[in-house]
Amino acid sequence: MTAEDFVDVPLHQIAHARTGDKGNRINVAVFCYDPAVYPYLAEQLTEAKVLACYGHRAPSAVTRYLVPNLAACNFVIDDVLAGGVNNSLCLDRHGKGLSYLLLAMTIRLPRQCVSGR
Amino acid sequence: MPKEPLLIGCGAGFAGDRLDAALPVVRELIAQGKPACLIFETLAERTLALAQLRRRQDVEGGYLTTLAELLAPVLADCVAHRIPIIGNFGAANPAAAARRILQLATTLDCGPIKVMAVTGDDLLSRMSAGELLAMPFSPPARIAPASLVSANVYLGAQGIAQALAAGADVVVTGRVADPALALGPLVHHFGWRWDDWDRLAAGVLAGHLLECGAQVTGGYFADPGVKDVPDLASVGYPIAEIAADGSLVIGKPSGTGGMVSERTVKEQILYEIHDPAAYLTPDVTLDLSGVTVEQVGPDRVRVTGAAGKPRPATLKGTVCFDGGWLGEGEISYAGPNCRARGLLAIDILRERLSALALAVEHHFDLIGVASVFNDADGRWLDQCPAREIDDVRVRLAVSGAERRDVERALQEVEALYTAGPAGGGGVRTHVTPLMNSTSVFVPREAFAPQIETLEA
Repeated sequence: MTAEDFVDVPLHQIAHARTGDKGNRINVAVFCYDPAVYPYLAEQLTEAKVLACYGHRAPSAVTRYLVPNLAACNFVIDDVLAGGVNNSLCLDRHGKGLSYLLLAMTIRLPRQCVSGR
Repeated sequence: MPKEPLLIGCGAGFAGDRLDAALPVVRELIAQGKPACLIFETLAERTLALAQLRRRQDVEGGYLTTLAELLAPVLADCVAHRIPIIGNFGAANPAAAARRILQLATTLDCGPIKVMAVTGDDLLSRMSAGELLAMPFSPPARIAPASLVSANVYLGAQGIAQALAAGADVVVTGRVADPALALGPLVHHFGWRWDDWDRLAAGVLAGHLLECGAQVTGGYFADPGVKDVPDLASVGYPIAEIAADGSLVIGKPSGTGGMVSERTVKEQILYEIHDPAAYLTPDVTLDLSGVTVEQVGPDRVRVTGAAGKPRPATLKGTVCFDGGWLGEGEISYAGPNCRARGLLAIDILRERLSALALAVEHHFDLIGVASVFNDADGRWLDQCPAREIDDVRVRLAVSGAERRDVERALQEVEALYTAGPAGGGGVRTHVTPLMNSTSVFVPREAFAPQIETLEA
């Protein structure tokens, strides 16, 4: 395929996500609407990219777990809540809304994969 | 040994959950006429510490404050139809909660009832504060004895299963692992062995999917135009049907809102999960890496493939200690140039707080531009591109050991009415206690559950 056969799309268009919190750590689980695009997520959503996505919060580490049986990637992001649910000064102390920061990333897909959900 | 499937309904997924959610669940359980029970999960980390503070004020306090309101609509029906209720609403005082439930049952004329309190989670009933504070904490913490508020281990499902075997109509617990609320009745119903890891894992998965209430039936999911969910105003709370082999189907009461789809279930499977191959609970280590979902009917999703590995040797405990005070103050600006006026307000507050040299930490947000994604140093706010916006709200959050310092800082937000930028309005301030927490690990042998029975 040539470069013209690929297109950059917001992750929000092809995937959904949910955040959970424990202490000063969150997990963001990202699920493809269409399992056919899962390999592109697994290839492009690296720990380094997700660390950069949350970089302004200075997380200490990102660990990625691939969950192919659910067409999902699970990211565990350490020290991203400025102290955690009990004593963070952030408005969203649980980080409930932080999944949508990940969904704002873009991903490069073959044009034929982008048919919506 | 009964082999018929067990239905487990969930009536609440956290302390602040809807108070009327359980009623449609119980109606459905009665209509189906199969063996059934009802669980309530109402105990977050911080909830228990705050409950402990209430118990210090009142020896009969320290359980869920909305307990009677939550149970009143369903208690009589559940007792009459032999649907046991299992809840961690006992919080810091399960025995007092049991007494309150007995009193409620008398008021509601429920007839004979057996309420059992499962305790043994309170570390400070097993050791002195000095002994506790000498243990290693993770993350490390230096806790002054006077600031220690609560220390509770996460018990497993054994106490719950024992209480049900003894004929409990209501089982009240303090701190137990959330999925244990479902695993206890499953072990009691099917007679699973405590080393049948795959079955226990399936039970923990059922509990994990149920424990957050509507989060598996369309709550925390809707994204209009992208992931639409019908009628969240009357969302149905979940009912799981679990078979003797551990396979399970997630459903919800007929005639309720929300939905159960492969997507809603998948999101909840990984909720608060770190390594999907090793989710640690007091009863079993759950491996989700072979779990699959399949829509088997309208609002019915089958979940299979949970695998189990032996439970950890230690129990985890949460230690809560006084963290000082949190203060939040906000003021709004709207219309032309509001973003610049909001940013000016932040600059003014920053300068004032610096000059006052209060012993507080502070954090600013500009709601409407950068708040949920923002960070303590405002890096996110600084890089947010300028765009058309006509309503912003400045938020100052401060924390400190002394309440008066926190209140003094918030006074500066109020003073912006007259001494700040043009058109500032809608100031609100509030102060709340902060609770710090850390974890401790203890040998499980030292923490056998204790059971107290009350009958009427």
